[in-house]
Amino acid sequence: MDSKTTSPSATDDAPANPAGPLDHPLRWQVGVPLLAALVMFPFAANALDGAFYVSLASRILILAIAATSLNLILGFGGMVSFGHAAFLGVGAYTVAILMQAGLTSAVLSFPLAVLLSAAAAAAIGAISLRTRGVSFIMITLAFAQMLYFLAVSLKTYGGDDGLSLAGRSTLPGGLSLAGDTPFYFACLAVSAMVFVAVHRLVNSRFGHALQAIRENETRMEAIGFPVFRLKLTAFVIAGALAGLAGALTANHASFVSPSMMQWSQSGMLMIMVILGGVGYLWGGVVGALVFLVLEEILSHYTIHWQFFLGAALLAVVLAAPNGLMSLLHRRPR
Amino acid sequence: MTPILLLEQTLNGLQFGLMLFLLAAGLTLVFGIMDLINLAHGSLYMIGAYLVATATAASGSFLLGLAAGIAGCVLFALALEATVLRRLYQRDHLSQVLGTFAILLMCNEAVRFIWGAQPVALSAPASLSGPVELMPGFSYPAYRLAIIAVGLAVALALFVLIARTRLGMQLRAGASNRDMAMMMGADVRRMFTLLFGLGAALCALAGGMLGPLLAVQVGMGESVLILAFVVIVIGGIGSIHGALVGALIVGIVDTAGRTLIPILFEQVMGADLASAAGPAVASILIYVLMAVVLFFRPRGLFPATG
Repeated sequence: MDSKTTSPSATDDAPANPAGPLDHPLRWQVGVPLLAALVMFPFAANALDGAFYVSLASRILILAIAATSLNLILGFGGMVSFGHAAFLGVGAYTVAILMQAGLTSAVLSFPLAVLLSAAAAAAIGAISLRTRGVSFIMITLAFAQMLYFLAVSLKTYGGDDGLSLAGRSTLPGGLSLAGDTPFYFACLAVSAMVFVAVHRLVNSRFGHALQAIRENETRMEAIGFPVFRLKLTAFVIAGALAGLAGALTANHASFVSPSMMQWSQSGMLMIMVILGGVGYLWGGVVGALVFLVLEEILSHYTIHWQFFLGAALLAVVLAAPNGLMSLLHRRPR
Repeated sequence: MTPILLLEQTLNGLQFGLMLFLLAAGLTLVFGIMDLINLAHGSLYMIGAYLVATATAASGSFLLGLAAGIAGCVLFALALEATVLRRLYQRDHLSQVLGTFAILLMCNEAVRFIWGAQPVALSAPASLSGPVELMPGFSYPAYRLAIIAVGLAVALALFVLIARTRLGMQLRAGASNRDMAMMMGADVRRMFTLLFGLGAALCALAGGMLGPLLAVQVGMGESVLILAFVVIVIGGIGSIHGALVGALIVGIVDTAGRTLIPILFEQVMGADLASAAGPAVASILIYVLMAVVLFFRPRGLFPATG
């Protein structure tokens, strides 16, 4: 493992022998049928009179992006960030504020949302990453709370009550995000791209170094890797991806409010990742899917669904110590 | 800004800080010694408050209700420890977060199921309902004074327990180096159970005492839980001493900030801007404080581990 991460001949791509403990292969036998099923889903749902589920699926895809971005730093980088929702908030508010100003083009607002949340992550990460362990958890929480209260104080943009958007972002060339199905496809396209990008990143030399830092930071420092810079880079990428998810969230609900950056939201993202499997490629996706589907099903049957959601989560913790994905394959962590 | 106002705010901050200390003391010991991140700590506070409210309503006496509520909350905590939490001690922190978060959800929903979604009424004893004139021209609610007195008494009792008893010595040893304490013959299993029960008693006491001032409702535990975590990382995890200092700092800064900062801002930059920025800055204050402390002293002001 060490020889691979340190050897200068290691290439950017997954090595020829993909069985290494730091490699997380994305099998086409899983990916292609899943993508096909996801493309077919809205047609099936609309045909079966389940249009509501298209909107729910969009929400799951968006949160899968957010959870995957958190998993990149939490699972692969060992950085337990308790303020990830703040970056979603920055992305969402960017879209909302631009729209308030009359700038509805997604070509403008989405890149800006990504850029601003990356900048926020760079500033927060540069300070937070000088601490580790519980201090890191709490200092990221502190910065997220600061952004939360900043949003509360933005009286021009709704303050505590939030801000309703006039509509969804517009695309060039006559494409529209207004309907649930077109928006679903936008979410699907973005989340598929993010997922593949994270997969490439995790299996790259950078990703291997990141995982090695998670395992032994001191050793990586001693070998000569720029540990702080690598961690900060991962933190900024994760923040940027979360900002992208935030921009989609603002469009999905046509509404932004400070509550989406509250610590409980950061906690929920963390719960999703832990539920799905920390440090597993599919961990964020599976966590978001299972959490939201459980929530949806249980809330159909009883108003006390939170009790049963809690019971289900507890069962997972006791039965699958490393999350749901660990049940499928054993990977040394 | 009058001296009276300053004095009043300081007392309010002291009162809030001491109640925070009751919560943080249990949390910091459980975290420092048992190495358990317990998100359900706030749930014990909530359940304690509900039990005190119910027992007070049933018995008609606040003192009796408080005692019964604390006893009930301790029993619940011991049952929780024996059935679920014991299985989480050896697990990594993230599993503990998920596990105790699950318990938090279940507690919230169980309370909503039993007591309903509406807040439950809990009023201060009639004998403490009036104000007390502390000095000419300045009177202060007697009940808040009683909270301060109880908080100080409990803090003192805890310090005697930690600094002067055999159990306290073992606790300190456990916080500083758990494995070594076990090797030296500390009965860790018994210690954990005792510790968890003690933490629950302090939670219920804080919940019962604060009940008449704040609303006894579902979700009351979460916001206070975050504040308790802020307190223990500022103070240093595992340190009772640190928890007290951290709680007083957070209590006073938070309370005083909410009143004084808007006033200060109004004088500096006019009413309009102040009404928007004042409350936000006041709320941010403790988080800035925490970030600064963690940046310069990542292990808190009074680190317990050697």
